Amino acid sequence: MTRETRLKKRYAAEQRFRMYGIISIIISLFFVGLLLFKVFTGGATAFIKTTLEVEVNYSKELLGFKKTLEPTLGEIKEADFFDVSYQAATSFYKYSNDEEEKFIKILLGGNYEQEIKNHLFENPHLLGKKVVLNLTTSDDLDQLHKGNFPRDIPEDRRRINNFQLKVYDSLVEQGKIKTKYNNYFLTHGDSRDAEIAGVAGAIIGSFFSIIICLILAFPIALLAAVYLEEFAPKNRITEIIEININNLAAVPSIVFGLLALGVLLNVFGLPRSTSLVGGITLSLMTLPTIIIACRASLQAVPPSIREGALAMGASKVQTVMHHVVPLAMPGTLSGTIIGLAQALGETAPLLLIGMVAFVVDVPSVPTDPSASLPVQIYLWSEQAERGFVEKTSATIMLLLGFLIIMNSLAVWARQKFERKWI
Amino acid sequence: MTMEEKIIAKDVSVFYGEKQALFDINLSIGKNKVTALIGPSGCGKSTFLRCINRMNDVIDICKVHGEIEINGKNIYDKSVDVVQLREKVGMVFQKPNPFPKSIYDNVSYGPTIHGLAKDKTEMDQIVEHSLKKAALWDEVKDRLNEPGTGLSGGQQQRLCIARAISINPEVILMDEPCSALDPIATAKIEDLIGELKETFTIVIVTHSMSQAARVSEKTGFFHLGKLIEFDSTDKIFKNPGNSMTQDYITGRFG
Repeated sequence: MTRETRLKKRYAAEQRFRMYGIISIIISLFFVGLLLFKVFTGGATAFIKTTLEVEVNYSKELLGFKKTLEPTLGEIKEADFFDVSYQAATSFYKYSNDEEEKFIKILLGGNYEQEIKNHLFENPHLLGKKVVLNLTTSDDLDQLHKGNFPRDIPEDRRRINNFQLKVYDSLVEQGKIKTKYNNYFLTHGDSRDAEIAGVAGAIIGSFFSIIICLILAFPIALLAAVYLEEFAPKNRITEIIEININNLAAVPSIVFGLLALGVLLNVFGLPRSTSLVGGITLSLMTLPTIIIACRASLQAVPPSIREGALAMGASKVQTVMHHVVPLAMPGTLSGTIIGLAQALGETAPLLLIGMVAFVVDVPSVPTDPSASLPVQIYLWSEQAERGFVEKTSATIMLLLGFLIIMNSLAVWARQKFERKWI
Repeated sequence: MTMEEKIIAKDVSVFYGEKQALFDINLSIGKNKVTALIGPSGCGKSTFLRCINRMNDVIDICKVHGEIEINGKNIYDKSVDVVQLREKVGMVFQKPNPFPKSIYDNVSYGPTIHGLAKDKTEMDQIVEHSLKKAALWDEVKDRLNEPGTGLSGGQQQRLCIARAISINPEVILMDEPCSALDPIATAKIEDLIGELKETFTIVIVTHSMSQAARVSEKTGFFHLGKLIEFDSTDKIFKNPGNSMTQDYITGRFG
């Protein structure tokens, strides 16, 4: 082979290698793009709800008050709103028989009576007057309006029948159907009715779990790493501990769920389905990850710094606490945040400790039963109703958002603290 | 020539695990004198230096036999606290290793942990005094709050010297302090050593024969873990008693 042909071959090989790299990047970007596209197009509509304009009559008779009486706010809250709600829910369309009345009534969402009540509680001066309210519609009407229900399939395979379609069309014509920001999604807990189901409970539950995970895992992991790296003698026992920490980091997360179920719930009797137990479980799971990250960043501190401090007559603890740990901080912080981000997306161990339960109330303390974001995604993804599909995607959007925020925080922490001196 | 002995090594042997690095070193170092240790790489001169402030304690597998007396007291005695020892025996390393803190904090660190200053004014005085003694004050007095790592190599090494003298030690060990520096910075450090010996006893390990000749009163030549010859610098460089020393200083091996 001549020099020239060899040179040509080498260039060609280099070109080819670059091509392979670029192709791999394009393929992975394509799939990421596809995922994001699917999630965003499917989930964006969850932040919007459909409302129906309805006339509500807050008449004293319907609420059961005497005409001459001026009821207090407390009395209004005690009043029976059934008649007011019933009238409002059936008066927006002229029906001709009981069956049609039923079909009309179920076009409103599961929470319309509460919406009617709340409006009067907030505006007590409306008592005895008629007002026009935009009430949240049922999930079926919502999906129909968002265009997610095909109208041309046979009636018995549709959730909206022909009569309801007729009503819907006439309501659209009268301009009574509107779309508004979905105030339920970010502020309410889970519900059987898709139109009023929200992720607030899951967000708060995840938040509590992550905070508990941070409070437990970070100090324990840092101390363990500092001891192993700076103080422990290098012998058989520490070697075995080290190997086991590395192995623990690779243990499937569901095993930690089983551990928590067996020990935390059954032996210690901690409350089931709570973010307290969730947080402890996640901290067990992230401990090895954070220990490894902390050790790596401690190792990266140049030995000359340790020698400098020791030669100044600093004790071992002073050397570590004054110099080594502060210098390792950017690495330990970003390692911790990445470990927490991993914990935030973890589902399997939480299923086993009962965080998969259907919880309507938004938790106010970590010992309240609660959901978490990834478990909420899992729960909703199993629901057949169309309304939960968009909510699943929207929750994924939220979870991805939180993960991106946490990872950017890790990058920021690393750069901010590293740039300072070295 | 009479002199007061500051450091006396008696039969010092050092083992790294199975491997013996130093063989029965005996030498005595005079007070307020500069003693140079020379020898080819791996000869054990740095190991010996690190025995004087027990920096070898950090290494798990390192074992030291024999005695080193400072002011007549064996520093390897069980009753000796290593932190107190290092307060009296400071060290400057081969590569400048200022802490990644401000210039002020670098110098004030030692006095802080040993509680040498009662208040801020006293600390300011110690910092100024130490930096002046290390011939660095004029260059950094306007930027004491800037990071020590931002200085030039020579300035960093003088900062490390200022740091070492801030706690008022009796002995300063220097482990090839100029090997990472250019000739001008080296000259400054050498001048400094000449001034510092008024106050401190200095032991310096160096690869530069000319440096040993310039700065030291006594020189020890190490080879393969043994102290081959220890005598006045004049004698070592003009009329060495051992042919190996002769070969080394004339550059025939090493």
